[in-house]
Amino acid sequence: MEKVGEIEIGELRHGTELLKRGFASLQKGGVIMDVTSKNQAEIAEEAGAIAVMALHAVPADIRKAGGVARMADPMVISEIIDAVTIPVMAKCRIGHFSEAEILEALGVDMVDESEVLTPVDSHHVDKRDFTVPFVCGARDLGEALRRIEEGAAMVRTKGEAGTGDVKEAVRHMKLIMGEIRSLKGKNEEELKDVAKELDVSAGLVQETAELQRLPVVNFAAGGIATPADAALMMRLGADGVFVGSGIFKSEEPKKMAAAIVEAVNNYDNPNKLADISKGLGVPMKGIEISVLDESELLQVRG
Amino acid sequence: MRVMKIGVIAIQGNVEEHVRALEKTLAEQGREEGVVVKIRHRGIIESCDAIVIPGGESTTIGRLLEREGIVPELTEAARAGKAILGTCAGLVLLAKEGEVEVAKTGQPLLGLMDVKVKRNAFGRQKESFEALLSLSFLKEPFHAVFIRAPIITHAADPVEVLATLKGHIVAARHGNIMALSFHPELTEDRRIHHYFINTCIQGRNKS
Repeated sequence: MEKVGEIEIGELRHGTELLKRGFASLQKGGVIMDVTSKNQAEIAEEAGAIAVMALHAVPADIRKAGGVARMADPMVISEIIDAVTIPVMAKCRIGHFSEAEILEALGVDMVDESEVLTPVDSHHVDKRDFTVPFVCGARDLGEALRRIEEGAAMVRTKGEAGTGDVKEAVRHMKLIMGEIRSLKGKNEEELKDVAKELDVSAGLVQETAELQRLPVVNFAAGGIATPADAALMMRLGADGVFVGSGIFKSEEPKKMAAAIVEAVNNYDNPNKLADISKGLGVPMKGIEISVLDESELLQVRG
Repeated sequence: MRVMKIGVIAIQGNVEEHVRALEKTLAEQGREEGVVVKIRHRGIIESCDAIVIPGGESTTIGRLLEREGIVPELTEAARAGKAILGTCAGLVLLAKEGEVEVAKTGQPLLGLMDVKVKRNAFGRQKESFEALLSLSFLKEPFHAVFIRAPIITHAADPVEVLATLKGHIVAARHGNIMALSFHPELTEDRRIHHYFINTCIQGRNKS
């Protein structure tokens, strides 16, 4: 973590790594829900969401609509910010630092530099320059550490957004956790080799090896559609979950939202999960990932 | 005397950080036998000597405290004079009353401390800050981390103000209950956790 000079009496210091990672850390054990309107944001807050992600359309609809997916309308984001007291996040396109700056100016609490939107650059935004913290998607340890090195204060699995199929999120989470475990017992030289392979600093790999977890909060995202999906991701070691289309594409969003929040709090209690999962109506229909063409996958972006 | 047991409300937020800080503090006091437990369900608080309500989102934590049936247990713990520490969201939850934006969400407050609170009083995340803070019970200032922090806008008489920042109350104590706007669990300075455990010990000796 970056070293900062001594703070002086009377000084308020903003935008530090500690504040960014501290904000992310406060989200642990929570559910972050995609919303596209003030009304949906209120439903999410009432259900116990830890934060909302403001979007112009949920990933399932973005997938269906095709074309270029961009940052949401600032008007909608502002309305959502005014409607709820919980943190509001919003997505910018990968590499689109101007969208990120606009989101920061709007007062968004965290920016998701997201593969769900259409990337504009093969390079990601330099997130250290910002006061607002960032979350980024990752499929493996290399991606996760590269994003952290660029300044991401939170990592989430990419999964395969908008499908309602949690398979890829499971794969990404297991891969990241397994790669971290495999760092255990490696000596300094071997850790340096890993750092070179992953194209990140040796210090970051060493820190990860010592902590035996990512040095930032690690959430699950991409395809979570039921309380059982959320519990599964928590069991695999997620610090919390993002639910995209899974809530407002289900038959009874209010019930589904509250149930997923409760499932995250009771992920290791099958009896409670059984109760929580009863009578929630039909979950989002979804698309099985294997029927998608390679070109239709969002996770390969960025 | 029986082994000291401290419970951390573990529904959401900075749970691990508080657990680690409390364990280190107990060790520093030579009370390695003391235990720190996580509270996610009812039935645990009764056996605890002290309780910490960590930072996170007060709406989320409050709703789940209600759904899990933990609220009456916390009320009883406060009545019995157990030491309770609330940080950030914990401060909001301990309060008796909230300003309009708190009332609007309809979030349940525990009402254990006679104060009125305002959420996100300094603004949104980009206005979050670190500052050196003078607390009445500490000789040297404390490096305090304020994240979308609440403040106390009104404190009724028995409540003791422990610190103010820019004219706002950011730390207060009401008997054995202490509330902070900031996050002592995010830095390595454990003087506040020491103070909290000492409060708990004094309370235990009295009873």
